[in-house]
Amino acid sequence: MLIRLKNITKEYINSGVITRVLRGISLEVKEGEFLAIMGPSGSGKSTLMHIIGFLDRPTSGEYFFSEDNTTNFNDDELAHIRNEKIGFVFQSFNLLPRTTVLDNVILPLTYSKKKDHVELATKALESVGLGNRLNFLSNQISGGQKQRVAIARALVCNPKVIFADEPTGNLDSKSGATVMNILERLNNEGRTIILVTHDRNVAEHAKRVITIKDGEIVSDEHVTHRRKAEIVEEEV
Amino acid sequence: MFDWIKNIKSVLKNLLSRKGRSFLTILGIVIGVAGVIIIISLGAGAQALVLGQITKLGTNMIGVLPGKSNEKGPPAAVFGIQVKTLSLRDLETIQDKNKIGNIEAVAPFVRGSITVTAGKESVDTNFTATYGSYPNVQNVKMEKGVFFSEEEGRSGANVIVLGYDIAERLFPNGSELGKIVKLKSSGENKVSIPFRVVGVQEKLGTVAFQNQDDQVFIPFIVGQRQILGIDYIQFIRIKVNNSNNINTAIADIENILRDNHNIKSADNDDFSVKNLADAIKILTNITDALRLFLGLMAGISLIVGGIGIMNIMLVTVSERTREIGLRKALGATPKQIRNQFLIEAIVLTGIGGIVGIISGIIVSFLIAFGARYAGYDWSFVISPVSIALGIFVSTLTGIVFGLFPALKAARLNPIDALRYE
Repeated sequence: MLIRLKNITKEYINSGVITRVLRGISLEVKEGEFLAIMGPSGSGKSTLMHIIGFLDRPTSGEYFFSEDNTTNFNDDELAHIRNEKIGFVFQSFNLLPRTTVLDNVILPLTYSKKKDHVELATKALESVGLGNRLNFLSNQISGGQKQRVAIARALVCNPKVIFADEPTGNLDSKSGATVMNILERLNNEGRTIILVTHDRNVAEHAKRVITIKDGEIVSDEHVTHRRKAEIVEEEV
Repeated sequence: MFDWIKNIKSVLKNLLSRKGRSFLTILGIVIGVAGVIIIISLGAGAQALVLGQITKLGTNMIGVLPGKSNEKGPPAAVFGIQVKTLSLRDLETIQDKNKIGNIEAVAPFVRGSITVTAGKESVDTNFTATYGSYPNVQNVKMEKGVFFSEEEGRSGANVIVLGYDIAERLFPNGSELGKIVKLKSSGENKVSIPFRVVGVQEKLGTVAFQNQDDQVFIPFIVGQRQILGIDYIQFIRIKVNNSNNINTAIADIENILRDNHNIKSADNDDFSVKNLADAIKILTNITDALRLFLGLMAGISLIVGGIGIMNIMLVTVSERTREIGLRKALGATPKQIRNQFLIEAIVLTGIGGIVGIISGIIVSFLIAFGARYAGYDWSFVISPVSIALGIFVSTLTGIVFGLFPALKAARLNPIDALRYE
């Protein structure tokens, strides 16, 4: 089992008022799955994603990653997991501005022990079809290209899981389809993909969809009629 | 080691991707460091100038002024009030070697304004009427010819010594020796008296804030009686043979003058005897105050520079916090974040510090150069303390305001840093 959550809760205390965002989530994800976490805004799906992706810590509960109990991992151990085991794709891309596409993809490598940064980053960018944009500045390319740079950055350290938080949320349908197509391909190559979305059409690209409402899992189903993203012609 | 080089390279890339912000931060440090260096250099230069002006006169000199002066204020003569209590008899008593030992030379002085004419050329200047002992008392040399003799000075011969600038203006071709010039006082009794030029004083520049080259010297009696029409002495200068004997000489002179003036108690003195060391002490107090004031200004320039750095850092805290969130999300450890920001602060303050030192030294040098060009004996002083102070404070501000928010951000959960507003 790649990911095992046991009774995870998350509470925020805001001026004395306790807000329970997650109320005891238990979940298992196997290696190679394509999981979509769905739910309306405010349901806690993003918080859950951040906790699974080690961007946030739960208030209580246990989290096993590759059968390691990460609950008491310190900052450095968590940083290594984020660097080597997982890759993150954000809705708002989060690229370093005024920095080249290549340097953006190299960034996670500078925190790893891996060598040959330029080669690895170039390969990752070629795999998302941006081999011809290496030296463009990140603010000189389109939104769809930015998200593909972000995917390349998530891929470059060869992680087990890729987390994508509303990856198509800021894109037009054409660029969105390209991004989904890349995620499907990565899953077909054996990588685990975990996707957060509020859009059923996006969620149905996954093999399995869980729905969250008010901090609890209300459904967990296999997708019977999976959507396939059309391969879209290269944008210029 | 390799890691550090790699770190520095990536920090430089990062800084270059935000040229505007990096430039403004460096500018803040440059202003702080250069400001401190320049201001402290100005203070030291001004102090050296003031003290240099005084010590040029020689430190073995005693001045006797008419009228009492207390420790707290200057003598009345400074305000243009003529006090007539010093007489020729006082001068003769001081000169009497049987009464006061250790005295090498004595010269009485009166001064006034005058018009000097040579042929068609004419110039308004000041005259100093004194004795032939003047060059010895004041430590000055002649450019040409001789100063008038003791005999000429005492007898009132119509001989004149020109200051360097006056000689140049009246006799541009340098043929002044032996020529006749006419002196016309600007007072009521406008007599025109002919004088024979016997010498030209060497170029002295500005000493004690007077241009020593813009004056002429004539025998004492001529200036006092014929031109000013007075019978008192404006001041007396005395050169003591050894600086160790100054205090004895001052005491002796005071006693003799009290005898002369029938004064029983020092409280009733109608004269004052000062030595140059006192003047230096007073001036040092003044220039120290000046330096303190300039030091405060340097402090203000540091604060201004510091606030500049602080503003840039604070304005970018939210952007940088999000950047730190991203870096953490991509796997940076808190230590790697700290190193990155530490190197960044060191690089910025290092560049700013070096540019600040260089520009501070250049500007200080230009000021010194300009002051010298304008005729002041300004020395170019760079205090190592000012460099150290400037660098220390600027670096501290850079590190505190650059590193501290970064360390705070590095402790946040990545998602909190990423979402920081």
